Amino acid sequence: MSNLQAPRGGGKEESGLRYPTNGKTIYHRPLNRAKAAELSGASFAYLFSEMVSYASKKIESIQDLEKRSMDPSFTHKTPYLTRFIASARLNVQGHPIGLKLLDLLLYREPARTQTRPLTIITLLHFIKINVWQHLFGQVADGLEKSSDPSKPDEYMIIDNEPLVNRYISVPRDMSQLNCAAYVAGIIEGVCDGSAFPARVTAHSVGKQEEGEMWPGRTVFLVKFAPEVMERESFLGKG
Amino acid sequence: MSYYFVIVGTEDNPLFEYEFGTSKAGGDGQARFPEQARHMNQFIVHSSLDIVEEDQWGTGQMYLKCIDRFYNNYVSCFMTGGNVKFMLLHQPPSSSVSSTANNPRSSTSTIATNPTSPQTEEAVRAFMLEVYESWVKTLMSPFYRVNMEVRSPIFRQRVAAAGRKYL
Repeated sequence: MSNLQAPRGGGKEESGLRYPTNGKTIYHRPLNRAKAAELSGASFAYLFSEMVSYASKKIESIQDLEKRSMDPSFTHKTPYLTRFIASARLNVQGHPIGLKLLDLLLYREPARTQTRPLTIITLLHFIKINVWQHLFGQVADGLEKSSDPSKPDEYMIIDNEPLVNRYISVPRDMSQLNCAAYVAGIIEGVCDGSAFPARVTAHSVGKQEEGEMWPGRTVFLVKFAPEVMERESFLGKG
Repeated sequence: MSYYFVIVGTEDNPLFEYEFGTSKAGGDGQARFPEQARHMNQFIVHSSLDIVEEDQWGTGQMYLKCIDRFYNNYVSCFMTGGNVKFMLLHQPPSSSVSSTANNPRSSTSTIATNPTSPQTEEAVRAFMLEVYESWVKTLMSPFYRVNMEVRSPIFRQRVAAAGRKYL
């Protein structure tokens, strides 16, 4: 551990780091966002479509593997596998963003309300309001607790029209895939970072029929780990 | 007063260490831990982590103030949203040392001598908040992953500057 201590005086020369030509590192840039710092929706849609195709890449090789295994019962499962792997990869891409957003958004809070979330409810409110406002410019459309009494560890965050899915159309054979798995990964990162380990998955619940108001309605199902529920009941009593 | 500052990751792993002394009341900013006890700093801070984990669920505040004491060593803690702990061990000069190196300007109320006074608490808070700003900037780097050691010399400079400014 003591070798973490930089050599006195000569740390800068020996580090071997390269600096930008204007001498400004990430430490010289302000953390507070300028008022009109908005991103172009078109370029985000383009980037995100590339991320989705990257996430579904190389899954062909798994199909090849299955063909080689000569198991006829396996082939009809491939769409399921494909969407499963694609959404897992999208989730993984979003996870580090959630971890980083958590501290950035807490930092931007005014000092009086700069508090770490201690309960599930404050955490979910933080996600519904602060995280959504930051990412999508509006709060999430709903926050519900699972009505199933056997699943007290499940909560739902609802978005009627996820921004990431605006230009995504999912092929029929992969209709179970919801690309908002990326957003689910961000939520999962926020939960994990604040010591509320959880699994978050995105599910399409909008009906595809004519006249439906929100065909892209998506539910983010947040399932907290057992130790979180245990702590929650303990804190509630204390 | 001598200080030992360490950033502890979510798996109780050290991410950054820095030792410094007070710059207030004529201090030269050098740490003056007794050589035979200097290696104890890490143990003392590590043993305080248990108290941090208890205290962190009692309050949502990030600054947990002075949480632990071991003889003449006081440990203050600041907890970030991502459960990374900033631990600051402060050790006022022991009485025998302070009588020889006595400075007429340093009264008992200055932060250099009284580690539990409200002034010290405020100074440590200001120090922690400044380090937190640099910490969030570190997190913003796309190449930084959780629980990675912080090697940036700029970060070290920023922590040193905050130490000079407030402690």
